Amino acid sequence: MTKFVQVCLNGLTLGSLYALIALGYTLVYGVLRFINFAHSDVVTIGAWMAFVFCGLIGWLGTDSPIFAMPFILALSMAACALLGFTIERLAYRPLRRAPRLNVLITAIGVSLFLQNAGQLKWVFGTQPQAMPKLLSEQALFTIANVKVPVVDVVIVVLAFVLLVWLQYLVFRTRLGQAMRAVSFDERTAALMGINVDWVVSITFMIGSALAAAGGMMYGLRYGTLLQTADSVWVLLGLKAFVAAVVGGIGNVRGAVAGAFLIAFVEMFGAAYRSPQMRDVYVFGILIAVLILKPGGLLGKSTVEKV
Amino acid sequence: MALLEVSGLEVRYGGIHAVRGVSLSGEEGQVVALIGAHGAGTTTTLRAISGLVRPSKGTVRFAGKDITSMAPHQIVALGLSHAPEGRGIFANLTVDENLQLGRYLRTDNAAVHKDREHALSLFPRLRERLQQNAGTLSGGEPQMLAIARALVARPRLLLLDEPSLGLAPQIVQLIFKIVKTIASEGTTILLVEQNAHMALSVAHTGHVLEVGTLVHSGPAKQLAADDAIRKAYLGVH
Ligand SMILES: Nc1ncnc2c1ncn2[C@@H]1O[C@H](COP(=O)(O)OP(=O)(O)OP(=O)(O)O)[C@@H](O)[C@H]1O
Ligand SMILES: [Mg+2]
Repeated sequence: MTKFVQVCLNGLTLGSLYALIALGYTLVYGVLRFINFAHSDVVTIGAWMAFVFCGLIGWLGTDSPIFAMPFILALSMAACALLGFTIERLAYRPLRRAPRLNVLITAIGVSLFLQNAGQLKWVFGTQPQAMPKLLSEQALFTIANVKVPVVDVVIVVLAFVLLVWLQYLVFRTRLGQAMRAVSFDERTAALMGINVDWVVSITFMIGSALAAAGGMMYGLRYGTLLQTADSVWVLLGLKAFVAAVVGGIGNVRGAVAGAFLIAFVEMFGAAYRSPQMRDVYVFGILIAVLILKPGGLLGKSTVEKV
Repeated sequence: MALLEVSGLEVRYGGIHAVRGVSLSGEEGQVVALIGAHGAGTTTTLRAISGLVRPSKGTVRFAGKDITSMAPHQIVALGLSHAPEGRGIFANLTVDENLQLGRYLRTDNAAVHKDREHALSLFPRLRERLQQNAGTLSGGEPQMLAIARALVARPRLLLLDEPSLGLAPQIVQLIFKIVKTIASEGTTILLVEQNAHMALSVAHTGHVLEVGTLVHSGPAKQLAADDAIRKAYLGVH
């Protein structure tokens, strides 16, 4: 029982992280119909920016004030929103009418650029760093003999709040309506008076800010930041991408559903079968979904070439 | 001065010279018909006016402003609405949400409400389907929605691209009746049609486009009586 509860809680925490990251893939795909391969690097940079901001302010130990975490989170999200805006403006916008393959290759280029620029001495460097402990490692409460640490609770609550906010934004606001209109037909959306470029910019900013939240929370939970090109980050981004595809890429609710499905399968597989095979289970689900329901669990089954 | 003035308009798609020097104008409150066979360049002309494609030559003036190089969303803000060819509706949104997008730039809520009610009174079938997904509409309903949505923007100039395309004769009659009503309420309309008979019956002036060039222009009555046009576009032999 204890083990079962522990695995469920781990799944919940990991699923929250995947969901925050998966939404960026799905939002951008929703409006532009392309996979932003540089998204996982924005996650990495979000985590590192949090580290840098902590250093600049001097919040490095457990003695940081209680508001340090939300404050650093806001800074990191804002910095990544700016980064996302810049990437779209400089790299993707000039290619808006170009063949999709060109944009995909550009995205891979942006990804490689960010991974390598991040390792420069005067950026983040190549040495692993310890993430400042902005959240106490104390258990907040205990369920069935399982201690639930503060950081896990914060991750789940934060993800929940951001997901509800995003859901509201997309389905209940004028901006969300514009996003959905652009997603369906960019030209007709423009005929409604929607500034398509602006909607695309905002979408990148929202996705990147969520990525920063995912990256920083990942850092707080696992404690160590590896250099920006490390395969740990690549794998994290890849699994979130799998979550978005499994849920139905372009679909906001689908990305969340996919994220929790992936995380639970990964955690249960690792705990009850083989820990070395956890990534295999994740990609196994991807393959199963692609065969059985190519559009994803909540997606439409349209044929879409990427 | 005319509300819309297009002069020397040329549009190229790569190597295809789709519009080759079109000049036309629309007086406030009038209906202008633009008639053309398949591929003549009528849709392209409308797209160039509403900013969806950049003309390679020529100018478009609307309400005294040069709008030739403006973006579509800026042109809409000046009071020009374009109900595009075929299904220019958002099939992933409800009928109601489509109508809301029509008023995207408006902030005068009370007046919007009146315009919306008016548009729905012209197309009562849409009112029954407000919460329905627009993708499920059939018959002439998508066209009705496209027109209603354009009306909710309260445009000074309305561009209509083949509103009768693919509709049963009865619905065609209905659509043209409503076009007439809209015009009589003071909205200027540029109407693209292959159905020359119907278009010329509601228009004040008409133009005939062939392979990107205007071959006939004049008062609608005169065009409807012209032998060459009757032969080519009215199915009279
Ligand atoms: N996006 C495009 N790229 C390349 N060529 C195009 C494009 N759109 C239209 N054309 C070509 O330009 C010419 C004019 O097209 P347009 O759509 O304006 O015709 P139309 O008069 O609206 O006819 P219809 O609506 O009956 O097909 C056609 O030869 C068409 O093939
Ligand atoms: Mg056409």
